[in-house]
Amino acid sequence: MIGSFEPQVPMSMPSSAVEPLLHVRALHKTFGENAVLRGVDLEIFPGEVTFLIGPSGGGKSTLLRCINFLETPTSGEIVFGGERLCHQDGGIFTQAPEKVVRAARAQMPMVFQHFNLFSHRTVLENIIEGPVVVQRRPRAEAEEEAHALLERVALGDKSGSYPAELSGGQKQRIAIARALAMRPRLILFDEPTSALDPELVAGVLDSIRALAEEGRTMIVVSHEMKFARRLADRVHFISGGVVEESGSPEQIFENPESERLKAFMRSIIS
Amino acid sequence: MYEFFFVLIPKYFPFLLQGAVVTMELSVLSMALATIIGFLCALGRTSGNPIASGMVAVYVEIIRDVPLLVVLLVIYFTLPQVGISLPGFWAGVLGLSLNVGAYLSEVFRAALGSVDKGEKEAGLSLGMSRFTVFRRVTLPQAMRIAVPTVGGYFIALLKDSSLVSFIAVNELMRQGTILISNTFRSMEIYFMVAIIYFVISFVVARLVRQVERVLTPRYLRVGQKATKQPTSTIEMAPA
Repeated sequence: MIGSFEPQVPMSMPSSAVEPLLHVRALHKTFGENAVLRGVDLEIFPGEVTFLIGPSGGGKSTLLRCINFLETPTSGEIVFGGERLCHQDGGIFTQAPEKVVRAARAQMPMVFQHFNLFSHRTVLENIIEGPVVVQRRPRAEAEEEAHALLERVALGDKSGSYPAELSGGQKQRIAIARALAMRPRLILFDEPTSALDPELVAGVLDSIRALAEEGRTMIVVSHEMKFARRLADRVHFISGGVVEESGSPEQIFENPESERLKAFMRSIIS
Repeated sequence: MYEFFFVLIPKYFPFLLQGAVVTMELSVLSMALATIIGFLCALGRTSGNPIASGMVAVYVEIIRDVPLLVVLLVIYFTLPQVGISLPGFWAGVLGLSLNVGAYLSEVFRAALGSVDKGEKEAGLSLGMSRFTVFRRVTLPQAMRIAVPTVGGYFIALLKDSSLVSFIAVNELMRQGTILISNTFRSMEIYFMVAIIYFVISFVVARLVRQVERVLTPRYLRVGQKATKQPTSTIEMAPA
């Protein structure tokens, strides 16, 4: 599972020749008086692993939740796979029809901090729920694929268990398998290890690493800095509701430029 | 004693049992209707629509604050004044189901509300519509959570149905009253009525528990989820 560590060359480096899979422009989100996102610009390229890091309350999770419309943005533009999900139309925020948003969500499932497995369904049923109910794929095919996915997250023997019978780490690996079963173009990870006991973190990180190594496109909100540094193709430091600094892991972790990022780095080291 | 068991019971029990059948019919029909009313009201209450939610709140409040007997009398005696005339049996069904429906709407509301918000978000993030999330995630969990409490209300309803005797429905209680007015043996006959209510309720309570056991899936029997169930039926049963 852990395997060797040769740094894999990302399948596509960001360049003007490659179209971004996800494009976020001037994204704002306000909760009442509280402006959580104040104009975020972000490009995610196919095959890239993007980490969003930054202080708590800086807007990382909100950004992730706006990308798949679990939170409705206040203004701004999101383009996913060439499809415009929301934009400003003459200054008025306009969201794509519900159907378009749903279709987009199905291609970018989210792995949640608290796993959010369907507690009334077994592990297998959790994994095939999306493929069967949303994508209308044949149940037998979905089950076969689910078993293969369970093997990959090293939980092949748990298909008949209910989530309540699993540890946090196992639940999160099931949640990853559930996301993979959608055959996603992008996977969103919202602090996938923050709710786990320390000894369970490694197993989940291994699963995420394996995905990175096969060239999956992922956005990961995480406080696991070592992990981010090793795995990320690109890191965005988000603070105060904006992307304060972006760059390769080396740039961000070794040569931070902005004062805020420097302060953040100091705070997590101490 | 001898007379009670070997003379009076054989003589009057068949007549009382006829009433018991009506009691069961009343209860089952009312429960079915109450479940529908309760479910629709719970949807209205949780819809976020202020008009629907307000109407349900008013209805629940009225039922809570007006005795069931008065509700039954109003339906049977007052509604005909405005042109709505129901036979006693159906007036009884309406009154009982309005009563239990109000309480069930609160039970269903609590059950729907107890389903984890994160699981609904997980459904959405897989591309489900809100309706699909409701159908596949919220409803199945809420129903199983509500089963024990709904069973408790059914038993309460069985006994409350005796109030329908006031509007000339020949259910168990009224059959007893009729016998007493003909025989003046109030002590013995009330005792027989009590025995029949006890046996019915006792059997139904066991059945409900059995249904509960079958319907409670493994995921509710293990782990932390079990604590999400509403507490005992006693606590939630109508006062």
